[in-house]
Amino acid sequence: MVAGDRVDEILDLALAASTADATEALYTAEDSALTRFANNQIHQNVREHDAALQVRVIDQQRIGVAGTNRLDDAGIREVVERATAIAQRSEPNPRAAVMPEPDGRGHDPDLGFVAATADASADRRAEGARAVIAAGEDKGLQTSGSFSTGVGTVAVANSHGVRARHRATRAKLLTVMMDGYGAGAASGYAHAGATDLAEIDAEAIGRDAATKGDTMRGAGPLDPGEYEVILEEHAVAGLLEYLAYIGFSGLAHEEGRSFMDLGQRLMSEKVSIWDDGADPTGIPSTIDFEGLARQRVDLIDDGIAHAVVHDAATGSRAGTGSTGHALPAPSLYGPMPFNVFMAPGDTARTDLITGVKRGVWVTRFHYVNVVHPKKAILTGMTKDGTFLIEDGQITRPLMNFRFTQSIPEAFSDVRALGASTMLLPGEFLGTYRVPAAHLGSFNFTGVTSGEGGE
Amino acid sequence: MNDLIDRALDTADRLGAQYADIRIVERRSEGLTVKNGALEAATSNVSAGFGIRVLVNGAWGFSSSAHLEPGEADRIAAEAVEIARASVTAQKEPVELDDTAPVTATFRTPYADDPFAVSLDDKLKILMEADAAMGRVPGIAIREGNVVAGREIKTFASSTGARIDQEIVEAGGGIEATAVNDSEVQQRSYPNSFGGQVVTGGFEAVRALDLVEHAQETAELAVALLDAPQCPSGEMDLIIDSTQVALQIHESCGHPTELDRVFGTEASFAGTSFLTTDKLGSLRYGSELVNIDADATAPGGLGTFGFDDEGVPAQNVPLIENGILVGYLTSRETAPRIGRQSMGSSRAWTWSQIPLIRMTNINLRPGNAGSLEDLIADTRDGIYMSVNKSWSIDDRRLNFQFGDQAGWIIKNGKRTQLVKNPTYTGITPRFWGSCDAICGLDEWTLWGLPNCGKGEPMQIGHVGHGAAPARFRNVQVGVGRW
Ligand SMILES: [Zn+2]
Repeated sequence: MVAGDRVDEILDLALAASTADATEALYTAEDSALTRFANNQIHQNVREHDAALQVRVIDQQRIGVAGTNRLDDAGIREVVERATAIAQRSEPNPRAAVMPEPDGRGHDPDLGFVAATADASADRRAEGARAVIAAGEDKGLQTSGSFSTGVGTVAVANSHGVRARHRATRAKLLTVMMDGYGAGAASGYAHAGATDLAEIDAEAIGRDAATKGDTMRGAGPLDPGEYEVILEEHAVAGLLEYLAYIGFSGLAHEEGRSFMDLGQRLMSEKVSIWDDGADPTGIPSTIDFEGLARQRVDLIDDGIAHAVVHDAATGSRAGTGSTGHALPAPSLYGPMPFNVFMAPGDTARTDLITGVKRGVWVTRFHYVNVVHPKKAILTGMTKDGTFLIEDGQITRPLMNFRFTQSIPEAFSDVRALGASTMLLPGEFLGTYRVPAAHLGSFNFTGVTSGEGGE
Repeated sequence: MNDLIDRALDTADRLGAQYADIRIVERRSEGLTVKNGALEAATSNVSAGFGIRVLVNGAWGFSSSAHLEPGEADRIAAEAVEIARASVTAQKEPVELDDTAPVTATFRTPYADDPFAVSLDDKLKILMEADAAMGRVPGIAIREGNVVAGREIKTFASSTGARIDQEIVEAGGGIEATAVNDSEVQQRSYPNSFGGQVVTGGFEAVRALDLVEHAQETAELAVALLDAPQCPSGEMDLIIDSTQVALQIHESCGHPTELDRVFGTEASFAGTSFLTTDKLGSLRYGSELVNIDADATAPGGLGTFGFDDEGVPAQNVPLIENGILVGYLTSRETAPRIGRQSMGSSRAWTWSQIPLIRMTNINLRPGNAGSLEDLIADTRDGIYMSVNKSWSIDDRRLNFQFGDQAGWIIKNGKRTQLVKNPTYTGITPRFWGSCDAICGLDEWTLWGLPNCGKGEPMQIGHVGHGAAPARFRNVQVGVGRW
């Protein structure tokens, strides 16, 4: 890890080396390790130390962005020169030439940093992997998964006086346990994330996945169609990750690409979704990549589309100002929520199923993708624990379905939400703390029934 | 650099590694994006560092650093060995590598016009002119054009004496028009979605795309799609264009022939494969017409290189021959398990990541169905779909669903009504088994796919797919409620 005062020095050197009207220096560092296992053994085990500096200059409304991971003094001067040269050859772009001013909001630079997690050893991860593998072997399952630990640092300074820094640790353990790799093979899953490695209970994760994998043996097909569903937290988070990606951004909203019709009812009044980078029950990120404190933004409030997140550029065009959700410049995707929460309901998680006459239990979704962004129609597969529910009880394991479904439509008929929530790192972006959900209808459009689909 | 290499390999050896290799990599990238008449983004990035991979008692360890100094090489080599010793504590089968001979060699991507030497003005001129042409079409909400350039300079050295220096150069670009109304977002991209076409080669490849020339029709189609009827639902004969065939190959042939997936080592993230090794040489994957090769030597392919990141020379090997599964994408670790030698498809995205089995150029050989227009003329009732916008496939690569930007109903050999939001779904061997026509070499394009994801931590892969338009009988189209 680069010492904190060297980080300040790097930012200062970059700002001092620039003669542009406005300059932003963004320092990001990653010190992470991941132990991966499959077929009941560790097969990949990696560590990475990297830090990079990205410089954005704005000169006469012309923008240049350059990055490097060479962080000695010469490297810092070179990257500033490269960004400046690009800006000088650029065309003015007043719409995008926006760099934030300090907004007076404070943030906690160490919220979510746990030293013991940052220093976690390969032996500690191997120990967790062995515990999960043992649980899988106990049920005769092929166990795979990954156990990662790491610390990420973001530090930003700009020539308008913005200066901020945040670092946080994270630990993540996930496992998929399978009864071989043939058609309709049983599989189970469990997953947990935390800022503090000590909160990850490898034995419990192993037990959960093994129990689920074991009960999936002998899965049979069920005709595709519309079914009531219980979505476990993993499944809810998987859908929410895609809603965040396609619709909660101020840029998507500005351009008319988002399903977020602000002020309109979008989902059941039981649904409230917000982003809060400073909530310690998530995996906090208290500043964005322009150095502003992340504000809490209520995205969907009692089912009403309430607000979207902004960076300095989209916020200035929308007249709301930045909400502290910038990605690194030039941010072609616009701002993005990274710390998403969904309000729990009042039904004990174990009681959710009792209200289901005939329906499908979904542990999680796999390979979700966007079919239609404006209607928020997604497709994907169920995976690692799909069951038939009859008269409030799980009656048999099911082969996996494909769904094709508008998500706001599905969440318009929320029968109940679990009273507890789980913190889950997204597959690609952000973290999600969500409850399990009982929905009135979900459209399964296909099934994979056998080898070659016959 | 030699000092760094020697120190890394010596330290690994001294600390007990039975095998070690080091990759020193510098990757430069540049990107320009013009949006709605303005230069939205101009970026330049450099990342350099090294990664050391060691095998200790048959178990892997890897560590990496951006500090290119001999002292750091000692530290990182020691860390890799320590990590490998942790791996040993959860080991069942020791890793055994094939006997690929170590080589000393160099490789450089051939190109005419260095994409980093072409001036920003020249690149901007193309994008601004294309933008203006799209802007003349009424009803376009968002116009976007981009060009990209990449250069990777890397050195591979191993404890068995390999030493390979490579320079891989990439160039690409594309345009996209978006039309929006209250309930619809419709896009049309040229020549392909997700950034256009990317190749290994020089800027001449970007000029050859004629982005300006194609801007107006691209924008016109986006606007027309807004008011087009919804794609019908049901079973139909389906023709897909070469961009969509490319992605179909990627998802349903490229990924499931990755031998690490087959052996379950990607099970916890991307999944496994239905193409298990008991089926090698016997499984009917597709119709007699279907021949698919993995060709890392194809000129201009985004998956073209001289040597993979284990020092294995680039090769062209068949995966599907006359519809039968005959090969896999392999690595030095996986190939011996099916009695073969690595065919050279083990690559890492950055210096900080380990090589995994990645596609090279996975190419469908052209057929004899002539041109796209010939194929449409030969189809009585059907639908033609063009340019991907959505993809999803299950963990064993059987159950897929794709969405395209545009569809046209085919009636009596004629392309008729334009339809929006076309989708199709199927099961891999049944779908390829229904392939009854593939267009010829004139319609065949080697597409670059720059956004393949695999592994934990996730790595990007740059791969290629040669494809021509093809026809599939009785496919389920128009999935879901609209
Ligand atoms: Zn891929």
